[in-house]
Amino acid sequence: MHVPTSSAFKQNAHDAIGNAGLQKALARSGPSFIARRSAAVAGLPEFEQLRDTARDIKNHTLANLDFYLEAYEAKVLAAGGQVHWCSDAATARDVVLKICQDAGARTVTKGKSMISEELGINDHLERNDIEPFETDLGEYIIQLRHELPSHIIAPAFHLNMEDWEAAFRKSHTDLPADRVFTERRDILTEARTKLRARFLAADVGITGANFLIAETGTSVIVTNEGNGDLTQTLPRVHIVLASIEKMVPTLEDCMSLLRVLARSATGQDMSVYTTFSTGPRRPADLDGPAEYHVVLVDNGRSAMIGTEFQDMLRCIRCAACMNHCPVYGAVGGHAYGWVYPGPMGAVLTPSLVGIDKAGHLPNASTFCGKCESVCPVKIPLPNLMRHWREREFERHLTPPTQRWGLGVWAYFARRPALYRLATRAMAVTLGIAGRKRGRFARLPFAGGWTAGRDLPAPEGDTFFARYARAQRDGTLR
Amino acid sequence: MSREVMLNAIRRGLRRGPLPADQAAMLRGRLAAHPRQLIPARSRLPHPEQVELFVRNLEKEFGTLTRVASLDDVPGAVADYLAAQNLPSELVMAPHAELRAVPWATRPLLSVREGRAEGSDAVSVQHAFAAVAETGTLMFPSAPDRPTTLNVLADTAIVLLRASRLVGAYEEAWDLLRAEIGAMPRNVMLVTGPSRSADIEQTLELGAHGPRRLHVVLMEDAG
Repeated sequence: MHVPTSSAFKQNAHDAIGNAGLQKALARSGPSFIARRSAAVAGLPEFEQLRDTARDIKNHTLANLDFYLEAYEAKVLAAGGQVHWCSDAATARDVVLKICQDAGARTVTKGKSMISEELGINDHLERNDIEPFETDLGEYIIQLRHELPSHIIAPAFHLNMEDWEAAFRKSHTDLPADRVFTERRDILTEARTKLRARFLAADVGITGANFLIAETGTSVIVTNEGNGDLTQTLPRVHIVLASIEKMVPTLEDCMSLLRVLARSATGQDMSVYTTFSTGPRRPADLDGPAEYHVVLVDNGRSAMIGTEFQDMLRCIRCAACMNHCPVYGAVGGHAYGWVYPGPMGAVLTPSLVGIDKAGHLPNASTFCGKCESVCPVKIPLPNLMRHWREREFERHLTPPTQRWGLGVWAYFARRPALYRLATRAMAVTLGIAGRKRGRFARLPFAGGWTAGRDLPAPEGDTFFARYARAQRDGTLR
Repeated sequence: MSREVMLNAIRRGLRRGPLPADQAAMLRGRLAAHPRQLIPARSRLPHPEQVELFVRNLEKEFGTLTRVASLDDVPGAVADYLAAQNLPSELVMAPHAELRAVPWATRPLLSVREGRAEGSDAVSVQHAFAAVAETGTLMFPSAPDRPTTLNVLADTAIVLLRASRLVGAYEEAWDLLRAEIGAMPRNVMLVTGPSRSADIEQTLELGAHGPRRLHVVLMEDAG
């Protein structure tokens, strides 16, 4: 399992800004996600209402999660499947390994699954002589490069064409060394050929789940490549990895969430393959797995219920928050140091690995609020980050300089007259000092801030003073 | 063991024990009634316009379509499509009654095998249970006569769809499934266009692991 390096966010972010390849990838791909989502949203007049519907469905499910999990389990069992309840990552890893060993598995194919990354399934299988093969194109190259995904729906977001070519040449040594990659299609074709053999040979297929449906005992996956379907249809055993908050009551509820999922994620109206799986192969079926296992994972989620972080369990992993985040756009996903980057990661990671190991993440935000405004299930992400910052401060995990600075600010903020006097003195001084150029390229104690941009000089007055004057003059509107 | 630990932790968070009988009954009622949520207005159209909306959405997602008037025209439509794309004329076909009723012998160059798809199959012919105009989506519930591998394994997927099986919204397709099939099939695929990936530099390429081409033969049987 990857050890979180989230506590090194500052250093990670610094390195990321200096990484030319990463910056090239971010500049190319960031804006296109935003444009595609906007176009999809503009094409559906009911989108805003559907966000409310989606939020309400998730809230209703979470408020009755124990009931729906039990109802779901009964349906899976009735369809001939098995449900394995796993309260932590170690239990889940062992259950997956045991199913694979019982199946006599030598190789396993995998559909893209963030919970698999969270649990560290691949390392655990490898250590026990079972070879896992990621089949989502992005996950495939991440596995070849021994990396974590840098984005929850576009794992190879940080890579450029030259990285793909280098990784394929290094790994596919059975192919002619002098083959030429002229376009993206050549990469895709080589991966398709390589993985086709894996799909047909695998003994077990492991997928995640976008949703679990209580009404029917169904797991749902959403893909564009079709890799998830080949993974779960061809091998003899299908394992579904799903965390408890994937639950929804009915097919109708699921469709309502699907209507906002793809639009928020890739800007498609609907992903290419949305697949509903219910139990193993039926008598007389010509294909499908003989065994169907659901590994139902908690790993920290139930502890979020009833806390201010319960809202985070609505997340449907669309990635709109990171696609619209100025911090993610500047440093990419790896700087966040673990499996879940961006605003959703800044809230979820501390819940799952502990605030002491992820302390910096809730600070990786400008609080611009864009993430909340695009979230299809309306998670108040900035507010939740603020809750983490408060906890961090209470537990004395904040660095001394920051605590000292906050202390000084609090001293003045609690004394309004003194605060106005001090800000006025500051505004006047800076106003005079900056009269000529109208801005400062350098300031004492603020070198870090001015290294990247200028500070506009105040015009010699404070907001309070202007506000009071406007009130007196009756020009306030 | 984990089961009770997890359920108890959830209940502790919710500050209650197992749901009281009356509330549980209410939720069971909701599951049984599966109420519809907000359904976008875009597909609330007269049927001929739903067909046109389906075609527009399918083509937007890079699917292609030929219209035929009867089953007798299907072999010609398939043969012409394969020839135009320069594709082989060996087909693996779902053993579905409606596909069996197609007079394939009228096009002797087509060789048709019935069954599930194997890794070596280049062209599959599948039977659509229903289609959804809202997003140009096809619905394939698995059954002995509708194997799942035919949806994803071949390079080219050809689908026979009767226009009368086309509905406006997803919810209507699920209601058809509930009414005609009853219990949830092992696998239900909703397919919207051919396979694709944007994992390389966030740029769309068709034909990732599933079919590179999705071609619908639409039989116009609705009045």
